[in-house]
Amino acid sequence: MSVLQRDPQDQVRVLDENGTVVGEVPDIDDETLVEMYRYMRLARHFDTRAVSLQRQGRMGTYPPLSGQEGAQIGSAIALDEQDWMVPSYREHGASLLRGLPLKQTLLYWMGHEKGNEMPEGVNLFPPAVPIASQIPHATGAAWAKKLQGEDDTAVICYFGDGATSEGDFHEGLNFAGVFDTPNVFFCNNNQWAISVPRERQTASETLAQKATAYGIDGVQVDGMDPLAVYSVTKAALDKAKNPAEGEGRPTLIEAVQYRFGAHTTADDPTVYRDDEEVEKWKAKDPIPRLESFLRETGRIDDEAVEAIEADVKQRVADAIEAAESDPRPDPSEMFNHAYAERTPEIQAQYEEFEALREKFGDEGFLRE
Amino acid sequence: MSSQNLTIVQAVRDGLYTEMNLDDEVLVMGEDVGKNGGVFRATEGLWNEFGDDRVIDTPLAESGIIGTAVGMAAMGLKPVPEIQFSGFMYPGFDQIVSHMSRFRNRTRGRYTLPMVLRAPYGGGIRAPESHSESKEMFYAHEAGLKVVIPSTPYDTKGLLISAIRDPDPVIFMEPKLIYRAFRGEVPEEEYTVPIGEAAVRREGTDVSVFTFGAMTRPTLEAVENLEEEGIDAEVVDIRTISPLDRETIVESFKKTGRAVVVHEAPKNGGLGAEITATIQEEALLYQEAPVKRVAGYDVPYPLYALEDYYLPSVARVEEGIREAVNF
Repeated sequence: MSVLQRDPQDQVRVLDENGTVVGEVPDIDDETLVEMYRYMRLARHFDTRAVSLQRQGRMGTYPPLSGQEGAQIGSAIALDEQDWMVPSYREHGASLLRGLPLKQTLLYWMGHEKGNEMPEGVNLFPPAVPIASQIPHATGAAWAKKLQGEDDTAVICYFGDGATSEGDFHEGLNFAGVFDTPNVFFCNNNQWAISVPRERQTASETLAQKATAYGIDGVQVDGMDPLAVYSVTKAALDKAKNPAEGEGRPTLIEAVQYRFGAHTTADDPTVYRDDEEVEKWKAKDPIPRLESFLRETGRIDDEAVEAIEADVKQRVADAIEAAESDPRPDPSEMFNHAYAERTPEIQAQYEEFEALREKFGDEGFLRE
Repeated sequence: MSSQNLTIVQAVRDGLYTEMNLDDEVLVMGEDVGKNGGVFRATEGLWNEFGDDRVIDTPLAESGIIGTAVGMAAMGLKPVPEIQFSGFMYPGFDQIVSHMSRFRNRTRGRYTLPMVLRAPYGGGIRAPESHSESKEMFYAHEAGLKVVIPSTPYDTKGLLISAIRDPDPVIFMEPKLIYRAFRGEVPEEEYTVPIGEAAVRREGTDVSVFTFGAMTRPTLEAVENLEEEGIDAEVVDIRTISPLDRETIVESFKKTGRAVVVHEAPKNGGLGAEITATIQEEALLYQEAPVKRVAGYDVPYPLYALEDYYLPSVARVEEGIREAVNF
């Protein structure tokens, strides 16, 4: 029986907190397993550096992901090349794996629109800031693939526990159920929507059980166990593309996890949650768990870990260097993408703007 | 009367605190308004003071927040829901335009909604996407709503108390760029500033400059700079976007014959258009120059690397005033 057909309370697990195998290890080749670990380390190091860039005034407000690497990487690595990803605003790791360079993620949080200019062939939507607003897009994108006859393509959509309270969550999942779209709805339940705990978002015992009301499968997984996340995501993607007789395509996955840091760099979590709770969850850190499993099974050793560490540091340093040396966007860029062509009104405003720049220079606009 | 030296965001908090103490029917609700005290700290300490039933952390659902506030208000409570950023009001837009604005009219006055929907708005704080727009005209266009935007700590408390006591629903938009930009004297006691009245911030004879919210700052600075050029400008802080104080606008314009409007919102359909039309309708024969609008451009609000180029700057306001004066 599929890993997806189970009670929503029956959490899927593969590794325990110490990295000991407690479930069925998914069929993944050694190289991919090590890549999974490398990307998790990369996401963690990127996150640490991004927070410090913000603290140093080199970047704007930034939403950290530490603690959520297992969910992001474990799920994104299960995608096939042709699949699409529809993220919220915290999926820096998952987006990287889908092909978005770290430089672009940095540019976006540095306030450059260019960060959202997806490279050709990267099947990724731009991050959605208004909570849950991307969920119906994911349903629509998957529906389009179905209507276009591209049966080998599924769409994964990420959102948080808070998003399940929004109307868009309901509408997106309901459409998915009705039109049987090839979707994987991946809920990163990190326990806190800024200061509001998961228990206050919904009286439901689990978020996964909400799937039942839409007539689709719902499964809860240990979101800090990358192997368990991989298993359920892979099964959900396979089902979306090739359901068995009587099986529906869409799935809701609730990945239970924790954000170690703040909601964003503008947030101070010490106001609303205890250190004790944070420490409890830090013991479940997905990175040492996977590392321990990989070491125990002889897939990596000290040397490999050191090499990965060096590689990760270099890649993040290179991305920061590339983002910071990227030229400031030209102010006229503002006028270029509202429509395919500038309307006469926008053209007139552009000309007035350029005349003012000519006259006053950039000092006429920039505030301290 | 004793007074305190507060910022605008502290004045919001003080206005809520004052009115909640006076009226048990007033309650605050929204995302992170409780234990966290609001992401801008506008509700700081209120949860400790008034408890879970009057300072309510809700699920993350703006339509739910606004819709349930409508129901509460219809039953006689005075909810003051907060939407964390005005850019997140749109899931509740249906509730605002289909119900919040129309309950009185639809029931011939049988049900009324004494509620205040608060939200920080506007640009200039290097915020992420969807956190910086100025969409006050969405709400000004909707009959049955009042739309208030303060620009000083004193007005903030006084207008907020007026809004809470108003029998009709008020959209209270707070200019977050100047939430903590400066302090001002705010009485500790209750007091009101009337909704629907603009304030002349500076008297002058050459040109009338109409503005509101965070743009009052670059406008006043520009006007001071232009004194050196011999331009004596009058500055009118609109304060209430709807209903608009046309009397003060027309009175000022009749004195100067020239007008400039400054706002962050896009030019097309912005308040500048309404002020211009008012001048045309009521003071055409006094007009000596075209009305100049210094506004946001009709393009999506850019990410923050370019936001300074989008927002009216002191230099842009000065140039707009010169244009009107030298016509």
